[in-house]
Amino acid sequence: MKLVTAVIKPHKWEEVREALAAAGVAGMTVTEASGYGQQKGHTEVYRGAEYDVSLVPKIRLEVVVDDADVEGVVATITSAAQTGKIGDGKVWVIPVESVVRVRTGETDEAAL
Amino acid sequence: MDTGHAAWVLTSASLVLLMTPGLAFFYGGMTRSKSVLNMMMMSFGAIGVVTVVYILWGYSMSYGTDAFGEGKAGLFGNPFELFGLSGVGDDAGSGSYITVAFQVTFAIITTALISGAIADRTKFSTWMVFSAIWVTLSYFPLAHMVWGGGFLSGEDGGLAARIFDGVAPIDYAGGTVVHINAGVAGLVLALVLGIRKGFGKEPMRPHNLPFTMLGAGLLWFGWFGFNVGSFVPSVAPGDSAFAANFVGETGLVWVNTIAATAAAMLGWLLVEKLRDGKATSLGAASGVVAGLVAVTPACGALSPVGSLVLGLVAGLLCALAVGLKYKFGYDDSLDVVGVHLVGGLVGTVGIGILATSGGLFYGDGGKQLVIQIVIALFAVAWSAVMTTVIALVLKATMGWRVEDEHELNGIDFSEHGETAYDVAATGGSPFKTGA
Repeated sequence: MKLVTAVIKPHKWEEVREALAAAGVAGMTVTEASGYGQQKGHTEVYRGAEYDVSLVPKIRLEVVVDDADVEGVVATITSAAQTGKIGDGKVWVIPVESVVRVRTGETDEAAL
Repeated sequence: MDTGHAAWVLTSASLVLLMTPGLAFFYGGMTRSKSVLNMMMMSFGAIGVVTVVYILWGYSMSYGTDAFGEGKAGLFGNPFELFGLSGVGDDAGSGSYITVAFQVTFAIITTALISGAIADRTKFSTWMVFSAIWVTLSYFPLAHMVWGGGFLSGEDGGLAARIFDGVAPIDYAGGTVVHINAGVAGLVLALVLGIRKGFGKEPMRPHNLPFTMLGAGLLWFGWFGFNVGSFVPSVAPGDSAFAANFVGETGLVWVNTIAATAAAMLGWLLVEKLRDGKATSLGAASGVVAGLVAVTPACGALSPVGSLVLGLVAGLLCALAVGLKYKFGYDDSLDVVGVHLVGGLVGTVGIGILATSGGLFYGDGGKQLVIQIVIALFAVAWSAVMTTVIALVLKATMGWRVEDEHELNGIDFSEHGETAYDVAATGGSPFKTGA
């Protein structure tokens, strides 16, 4: 099993969710996040005083998938979240040792 | 007081009272999320303290018999004459409860205005004690001097009468008593308290501009009570000319109030568009307040077109003036100086130029202008001296500042044991440039 984490533009979230649902991904965890990469931040001006705001609002989504599905899920997220402009985000994958479904006690693949 | 007039003044008193919670929102939105409750509590605290003081000796010091003797145009009223509002109640003698109601709301908001200069760092206890002493030594005397027949009124023996015969100072609703007074006090406190930790280096951007817009709206709404409720009949009660006097003047004051406000908002936004590239919501809210401040003393003396001019000038100048604190290094956190002192000066002095009767532009010479400058300077000096003395005494006794650690972690928790929001806001990085 693998944990796929994606940090994407907030306005792309709905498209990504729909694409993943269509690809058979049944659930995921989403958090509002802030951060920056190449996009950097922006400048805001309040009563003439300029502030550099380095953090950009992002959506961070996490989904644990079967090894066989990893490639497809990553590709689905990438194509749905892409605008081609700086700030589209990142997707990364890390191994997961075990999973337990709390309601039933099922483990690993059965719990996904 | 005519019953219709009385009904309007009672309504106005309620409108003006709403301005102080409105101010709490206006200021609260501009602070960081960790100190919004303390900011709002300084306004609410002022309502508590000033109301008690006003009932006990404030009304008497403002509108009682001059402490320098009957009919003297002195500096303050006798605080003991109407102590606890004894003797107040009928219109004929020492004023009515309706007058008390209207005037107490002015004393409250003037005190609350000062709190914007000392955001994020002030001990709540010291603020409450300051409110009681400041309103006693700075506000009540100026209210007496300007509106209670004292030294800055048109009375014989007053300052104006000593300079020119027959030219009375004009301050319709409080350019000197309210805005110059609060603006100077804010500057003095900002200097005595010193800057916030990280001022000019860390980002201190507003945490909730919709609050600030909401507050500006409530202030705007209440301000129609502030200005239009300040109508003083020029004919005796019961006179058949009263209706025409009331309808004509209150209508003009209302229209002048919105005229100046609209023009000031546009002026402020214009400065931002040209200087910073974008017209901001904070600029709109600030421009509204700047226009309201400037037209406060002038609303009974100008034409609607004159009010447009005054408002535009106030909007432009205040938008530029809020940058001064970075240049001179005083932390007037929410721009009490840039908006209320500068706006109050523009309005008070502008009367000498734009008044349809007595103004320089209307071919009536410069006497009114000289008088307006003199009363403005007198108000600046009075407030500066009183506030400095009070602020230094409190600094040496109670102390003004919360501990550094509490300031950094957020004053809401250390002073009030509360936090405004469940989750702290994120974002921000080093402050880049000044103004």
